[in-house]
Amino acid sequence: MRILIVEDDLEAAAYMAKGLRESGYAVDHVADGKEALYRIAAETHDAMVVDRMLPGVDGLTIIKTMRAAGNKTPVLILSALGDVDDRVKGLKAGGDDYLTKPYAFSELQARLEALLRRGGSEAAETSLRVADLELDLVSRTAARSGRPIELKPKEFLLLEYLMRHAGHVVTRTMLLENVWDYSFDPQTNVIDVHISRLRHKIDRDFDKPLLHTIRGAGYTIRDPR
Amino acid sequence: MIPGRIVRSTAFRLAFLYMALFGTSVLVLLGFIYHSTAGFMDRQTDETINAEVRGLTEQYSQQGLSGLVRAIESRVARDKNGGGLYLLTDWKFSPLAGNLREWPDFDATQDGWVDTGLREADGERVFARLKYFLLPGNHHLLVGRDVAERNTVEDLIMDALVWGLVITVAMGGLGAVLMTRGMLGRLDVINRASREIMRGDLTRRIPAKGTGDEFDQLTGNLNDMLDRISGLMDGVRHVSDNIAHDLRGPLNRIRTRLELALPENGADSANRKVLERTIADIDEVLGAFHAILTISQAEAGSRREEFAVLDLARLAEDVAELYEPLAEDKGLRLCVNLSPGVAVSGNRHLLSQALANLVDNAIKYTPSGGEVGVELTSGPDGPELAVRDSGPGVPPEHRQAVLERFHRLESSRNAPGSGLGLSLVAAVAKLHGATLVLADAQPGLRVSLAFPPVEQAAPIV
Repeated sequence: MRILIVEDDLEAAAYMAKGLRESGYAVDHVADGKEALYRIAAETHDAMVVDRMLPGVDGLTIIKTMRAAGNKTPVLILSALGDVDDRVKGLKAGGDDYLTKPYAFSELQARLEALLRRGGSEAAETSLRVADLELDLVSRTAARSGRPIELKPKEFLLLEYLMRHAGHVVTRTMLLENVWDYSFDPQTNVIDVHISRLRHKIDRDFDKPLLHTIRGAGYTIRDPR
Repeated sequence: MIPGRIVRSTAFRLAFLYMALFGTSVLVLLGFIYHSTAGFMDRQTDETINAEVRGLTEQYSQQGLSGLVRAIESRVARDKNGGGLYLLTDWKFSPLAGNLREWPDFDATQDGWVDTGLREADGERVFARLKYFLLPGNHHLLVGRDVAERNTVEDLIMDALVWGLVITVAMGGLGAVLMTRGMLGRLDVINRASREIMRGDLTRRIPAKGTGDEFDQLTGNLNDMLDRISGLMDGVRHVSDNIAHDLRGPLNRIRTRLELALPENGADSANRKVLERTIADIDEVLGAFHAILTISQAEAGSRREEFAVLDLARLAEDVAELYEPLAEDKGLRLCVNLSPGVAVSGNRHLLSQALANLVDNAIKYTPSGGEVGVELTSGPDGPELAVRDSGPGVPPEHRQAVLERFHRLESSRNAPGSGLGLSLVAAVAKLHGATLVLADAQPGLRVSLAFPPVEQAAPIV
C-alpha cells in the first residue's frame, strides 16, 4: 500500500512517515501544493493524507483538482480548523475523511486503514459476522452462537460499526463521529462505559472474548482464531 | 386608535409638536379672518345705529319729544325693509312711536347696548342689536338693527372657520401618524437588522431603500462600519486560525514523537507508564486549547452558519442517552423529562456539547445515590432546557465567577477538568441568544438555558 503525504510541517510529516512505514506502508512525501499536483498526476497511490493549509496551492484545491480529473484515490484531510463547517467544506471538496490537528498517530492510522478498506459492497450486506457473533442488519438483531443478545438501538449501531471494521482499531473519536454524530470529545470518557456494557453483553457468557480495548488507541472486535 | 408604540416615538412627538404649532398658526389666521369679516359687520351695525342715534338726538334737541316722534315715524315709513328698529315709550313703557310692538324684556347694560330677540309691530320675531336711552321725562328710547342676516353670515363664517380648524388638525394628525409610520418603518428595518447583527449574525446588512435620503445615508454608513468590523474580525479569525495551526503543530509533533516512542503493546514497563501519562497530560492541554478556540468562535458568533431549526427534545435525549450508563455506573438516577416537539434555532454540535458539559458536571459532582435531571419545557416565552443535580451546588456569590474561563471552585480543585466547561456553555448560550441561569435546586444546582422562541417554521433536523 502506497501513501502520499502532503504536509508542509516537515517534522510532523517525518514522524507520520516513520510511523506509517513501521506499520508496513510505502510512503511518499511532498511539502507544497504544486509539487503535490505533479505527483498525483504522475503516480498512483492507494491513499493520500493532505494538509489543508499549504503554501502555494491549498489542500482543498488539490483535492478538487484531482477529483475533477477523475482521480478517486481516498483522501484523509488534516487540518487545524476543526469546525463542523470546515469539515463539511473538506468533505464537499472531495475528501473522504477529516482529521483535526492535533491528532493521535493511532487515530490517523485507524482512519487511513478504514479508508483503504472502504469498498462498495456495504450497502448490499444484510448481515455481519465475526467468529460466532452475527448481526442481522435487516431485523436489527444480534446473536452469538445462536443465542440472541438484547441490544439497545445505540448499542446495535456501536456493534455494527465495530464489526464493519473487524480486526482493525477503531478510535473513540471515530465512534463519536459515526455512531453519535458528535464532533466534540466529551470531557469524561463515556465511550469506555458504553463499550464495557457492550462487552458485558457479547462476551460475558463465552470463553473467548471478541471485543478488545487497545490501550491508548481505541477498540477492536476480532476473531480470536 | 393609534398604537402606543407610535405615540411614544420621538418621530410622533416631533410631528405632534409641528401639528400643534401649525394648528396654533391656523387658529391665529382664522381669528384674524373672523375679526376682519364678522367683526367688520358687527362694527358696521354699531356704526349705523350710532349714526341713527346721532340723527334722532339732533331732532330731539331741536324739536323736543314731538320732533323725535315725527323723526322716528318718518324713518319707520321710509325704512320698511331696511332692518332699522325704533321704539319710544313713556315712563310706563307704553309705545309712543316706532316699529316695535312692545318694550322687550332685557337687562339693562352699563353701555346701553343690548342683543336680544323681540317682536316687531307686525308680530314678526327678529333678533336685534339695540341701544337703549332714558330720555328726560322718563321716556325710554330704543334704536337698533335687525341682525338676523348678519348672524346667519357670521354663523356661516364661524362654521367655516371651525371646520377649517378641525380639518387642519385632522389632516395634521393624519400626516403626523403617516409620517411617523413611515419613519418608524425605516427605523424598524434598521433596528431589526441591528438586533440580528448584535446576536452574532455579522454577515447581515441593513437594506437601503435606494432613495439616497438621510436614512439611506445612515444605512450606508452602518453597513460600511459593519464591513470594516467584519474585515477586522476576519483578520482576527485568520490570525487565530494561524496561531491554532502554528501552535498545534509543535504540540502534535511532541505527541506523535511520544506515541511512536511507546514500547510495543504488552511491554508494561515503567517507561511506558510515564510516556502514557505524559501523552494524557498533553491531551489535556490540547483539549483545553481546543475548548478555548471553540469558546472564542462561539463568542465571535462565527458558528452561526451552521444554524438550523433543531428538535431540542431529540438533541437532549441523545445527550442523556450518551451519559446514562455513566450515571448508572456511579449509582445516580438520571431523570429525563422532555416536552416533545420543541424547536429551537441553533448549532447542533455546540448545543450538544454545551448540554454534555452540563450533564457531565452534574454526574461528576453528585455523590452516589443522588439524582441528575435533564428537563425541557416550552412556554410562551420560548423553550427552557435545564440540568439539575442533587450535588453540593454552587454558592450564589460564585455563580457568575464559575462562568469565567479557568475558574474552579475550591471544593472542586481536585476533580478532573479544566474549568472551561461552563465558559463554553455561557458562550454557546450567548451565541443562541439564550439566557443562562444558575440556581439553587435545593439541594444541588440547576442550570437552565432559556431560548428565544423560534421565529419562523422550518424543517426540524
